[in-house]
Amino acid sequence: MTTYAMVVDVTRCTGCHNCFLACRDEHVGNDHRPIAAAQPEGGQTWLELLEHERGKFPRVRVDYVPLPCQQCRDAPCVTSAAGGAVYRRPDGIVVIDPDRAKGHPEIVASCPYRVIHWNAAEEIAQKCTFCAHLLDQGWDEPRCVEACPTEALVFGDADDPTSKVSQILKSKATEALHAEFGLTPAVRYHGLPQRFVSGEIAFADRLNDPAVNVRLSLRNGTNAHECLTDPYGDFVFEGLEAGASYVLHILAPGYGAREIGIGAHHDVDLGTILLEPNGVGAA
Amino acid sequence: MPTQSFTSCTNCGPITVDVKDGRVVRVRPLVMEDGDLKPWTIKAGGKSYSPPKKVTLAPYVHAERNRLYSEDRIRYPMRRVDFDPRGDRNPQNRGKSGYVRISWDEALDIVASEIKRVQGRYGPSALAAMTSSHHNWGLVGYKMSAFSRFFNFLGYTQVFDNPDSWEGWHWGATHCYGFTWRLGMPEPYDMLEDALQHAQMIVFWSNDPDTTRAVYDGSDAAIWRQWLKDKGVAMAFIDPFYNYTAAAMKGKWLAPRPGTDAAVALAIAHVWISEGTYDKQYVADRTIGFDEFRDYVLGVKDGLPKTAAWAEAESAVPARKITALAREWASKRTVLSAGCRGGEGGACRAAYATEWARLMVLLQAMQGLGNPGISIWGTSMGAPWNSKVWFPGYGDLEGRIATSTKVARKIPENKVQQKLYRLTLPDAILEPPVHWKGVGFCNKNFDQQFIPFTYPMEGCSEVRMFYRYGGSFLSTMTDTSKWVRMYQSPKLEFVVNQDCWWSTETAHADIILPACTSLERDDIGEFGEPGGQTKGGSSGCNYRVVVRLKKAIEPLWESKSDYQIFTDLAEKLGFKEDYTEGNTDLDWARKFFEISDLPKYISWEEFDRKGYYVINVPEDYKSTPALRWFAEGRPCDTPDPNNFKRATAKANELGTESGKIEFASESLRRLAPEDEERPVSPRYIRSWEGHRSEAAKIYPLQLMSPHPRFSFHTHYDGHTAWLNDLPAHRIVRDGHAWWPARLHPEDATARDIRSGDIVRLYNDRASVLCIAQVTERVRPGVVHSYASSGKYEPLQPGNSRSPDRAGCVAMLTPGRQLSQNAAGMASNSCLIDVEKWVG
Repeated sequence: MTTYAMVVDVTRCTGCHNCFLACRDEHVGNDHRPIAAAQPEGGQTWLELLEHERGKFPRVRVDYVPLPCQQCRDAPCVTSAAGGAVYRRPDGIVVIDPDRAKGHPEIVASCPYRVIHWNAAEEIAQKCTFCAHLLDQGWDEPRCVEACPTEALVFGDADDPTSKVSQILKSKATEALHAEFGLTPAVRYHGLPQRFVSGEIAFADRLNDPAVNVRLSLRNGTNAHECLTDPYGDFVFEGLEAGASYVLHILAPGYGAREIGIGAHHDVDLGTILLEPNGVGAA
Repeated sequence: MPTQSFTSCTNCGPITVDVKDGRVVRVRPLVMEDGDLKPWTIKAGGKSYSPPKKVTLAPYVHAERNRLYSEDRIRYPMRRVDFDPRGDRNPQNRGKSGYVRISWDEALDIVASEIKRVQGRYGPSALAAMTSSHHNWGLVGYKMSAFSRFFNFLGYTQVFDNPDSWEGWHWGATHCYGFTWRLGMPEPYDMLEDALQHAQMIVFWSNDPDTTRAVYDGSDAAIWRQWLKDKGVAMAFIDPFYNYTAAAMKGKWLAPRPGTDAAVALAIAHVWISEGTYDKQYVADRTIGFDEFRDYVLGVKDGLPKTAAWAEAESAVPARKITALAREWASKRTVLSAGCRGGEGGACRAAYATEWARLMVLLQAMQGLGNPGISIWGTSMGAPWNSKVWFPGYGDLEGRIATSTKVARKIPENKVQQKLYRLTLPDAILEPPVHWKGVGFCNKNFDQQFIPFTYPMEGCSEVRMFYRYGGSFLSTMTDTSKWVRMYQSPKLEFVVNQDCWWSTETAHADIILPACTSLERDDIGEFGEPGGQTKGGSSGCNYRVVVRLKKAIEPLWESKSDYQIFTDLAEKLGFKEDYTEGNTDLDWARKFFEISDLPKYISWEEFDRKGYYVINVPEDYKSTPALRWFAEGRPCDTPDPNNFKRATAKANELGTESGKIEFASESLRRLAPEDEERPVSPRYIRSWEGHRSEAAKIYPLQLMSPHPRFSFHTHYDGHTAWLNDLPAHRIVRDGHAWWPARLHPEDATARDIRSGDIVRLYNDRASVLCIAQVTERVRPGVVHSYASSGKYEPLQPGNSRSPDRAGCVAMLTPGRQLSQNAAGMASNSCLIDVEKWVG
């Protein structure tokens, strides 16, 4: 048995868009029936690169999350159209039959990942196929994976324990994108952007010296994250719980202690936090 | 019909082209037989690093099929509707009037008879011809080959290229450490191994290698940086824009105001001198002039110590950040990633950029340049590389049909002595005389930078006919609206443009000739290897691959190969036999194969059948890290063939006059001792167009326009619709694909601008319409918009002052050169303002 899987390592994606363009090259104007009809010249993106820009100047972070069809085990598109117009192959690839699915726009709306597109001219729903037409011809991987320069996209047979994708699934922590959808996708993600709190510590009485190794802790009840400022006086807490409120405690010998409440649910850059020396009074 | 596969090579990677029923249906990274690839291994920190068994491409190459069949292909020979070679020529309407299709016969007749008429009446020098900086890959079709062979036979006024991507390194860094033969870039050999084994930190300074990709090397080096990141190598990025490499590597970001990088560099030197954290022994043994430099840094004469606080006032980078960077840099074995192919950076194209580039060399000299882990390395060249197998690049004399005495029986010599200089070409036509110093790419010696030129040259004619091959300059040179005015000058009696696509300049010609792409002709070339000034360029690729560029389809519409066009013209002009020597383009390609080392390893027939040959790294490969020999006082052992001291009694010396790194430059002391704008020892000089200039009161924003991420200069942009769906490249709104301009929320709010608004970027020189992207990735006070729009679309065609809606931001940039004796372009010293465009 073969069960195809893809691992997307977000930490290795540089946003080069090779995957997106290789996908275009494979599908635009090229009919691959019975797996897929040709993608029209514009308007459809079967593999989108979602850009997440977070933080504030000069502590910005940018991540790219490639979004192909997730090839869900419990794909709602399969149940959305009657008569087997959308089906899941034994190898896990979900296919919208370009002929039988004609005239079923409800297939598009069925997907919570929003990766199915409507071809108005042909009246068909279309999406990424993991390049099943190529795999069926003996290719090892879809075009997007072939084009990826950093191994951010890894593809293979999850049933074969020696395959690269199996090994990565074993060695790296992966998760489903939007696990809350509960659809058990064949695409798994490593390193999805997680909530952070960042900022800079500076000493008010010696602004030109970096505030190095200042101890900070971020507390949510009894749950505490600890960190030190880096050689530049910057700090970042990563991997925070979504939706939790925190209190940041700053303790620098010789300086007044500070506490900052962080109630927001999203990422926060606190900017520069000036510490006043003891005896001057807290800011 | 079954699908047929053809091999080819683009400017940014080798490809396999699948053709079905005479139509290209797929373009993918070159498919090779598994056994042909023998990956190298680098051992470092108990791990082994080997590249994947494949080649990678730059993103846009995956859209090659889309570009091939583009709506913007020039399909037929065209004549401007109101151009009559026997009557009214209406030069004032260039850029305004439309075109009619004509036959090849008529087009060639007009061009050939105009060449004869102009050269007969005014002399050979009345013809000028020039190419763009890049053409399509392949040694036969490349611009320096087919084009130069044709025009050298004819005799013509050659236009010197300015060293546009090197500038500060070429005019500045050479005077510190030589490498004139690399236009100021250091040698790259084995720097990947060195970094993996020894580097603890990389400082990327005005360098975005994930975007510039060592120019020609596809995306092969992207994975090296992942390895370095995985190893935990610290990274810092100095750039007014949080660039794509920074985004991928998640490094520390310091964002100086454009034009103030030299101040930050001096402050770093100040920290090191004050804290004693530099390599005093190296400075004593391997450099000269340090005392003069140190005194300037400490403010001994001018009373102004170049402290971090002083630099903060100039650059807006907090002093504590500069100090922190300086300390971390000195405490670790640090790579300075500010140079070496693709790492030339925007800071080298700015007012007084010579000073920044020199300081880059000198900072690393203070840390022991050449010692393990201490290098100047762009992170995009310098993989293990087999230097023993020779194959020419287009930058080598033996890699051109114009100059190779090995492939051609007769080498034509251009008999016209008159020259023009690219940056001042429009001024030369519009307002002669013009004067400049330097032969363009001064790759032989320092004196070349100081050779004075005047146009028109005594005894020569002013230019009356301009043969333009390509059309990129309205978006890649500086103050470029003057190119439009030049084209409309009655002095240019006749203008030809030859290209594959309608580009920024195309519609300013009288006759347009349609050339085909490299997918429609035969050729040969090595992936990523230009040779010449970038010898070893293919060490930015994980494999050396020589490719047979095969004609995958017949030329589309009525296009022809450049070689065929020049052959046809040579026939009309009576020198076809001399030009071709009876060779087809495939014959020439085979000759390049035969003069190379490849026949020792593979027959032509086998090579032609497979379409490629991989020059693997031998099993007994011995690395020779760049400049290690210099740091250790040994003779040069790197395979750097153009190093003129190599294998001489001075082989342990650099290419400077003293043979050492020069904190005070002997070459400048000899050639321009009084030049305050490029002093003997580098200084920070406030930009002539920067945030402190008088003009900043009217135009308070600084425009930076670096090399683009999703096009190869102008190649691929504009003609490739798929790229319009990359929001970082273009954004479609109301049916038009707009060029993005990025600005900080503070500057956007002050102007009531939101993401997605159409905005006008403007100053006294031009107006360019862009789409606003409001982002924290650009520092306040700076607008980031890439150079190199592939199109020029003035709202009022033919009016050089009309706003352009294609995104040629180069029109806003100043025409002034770096400094009085450094004739480089300073695109990144550009003041503008931005407003919402209401039409």
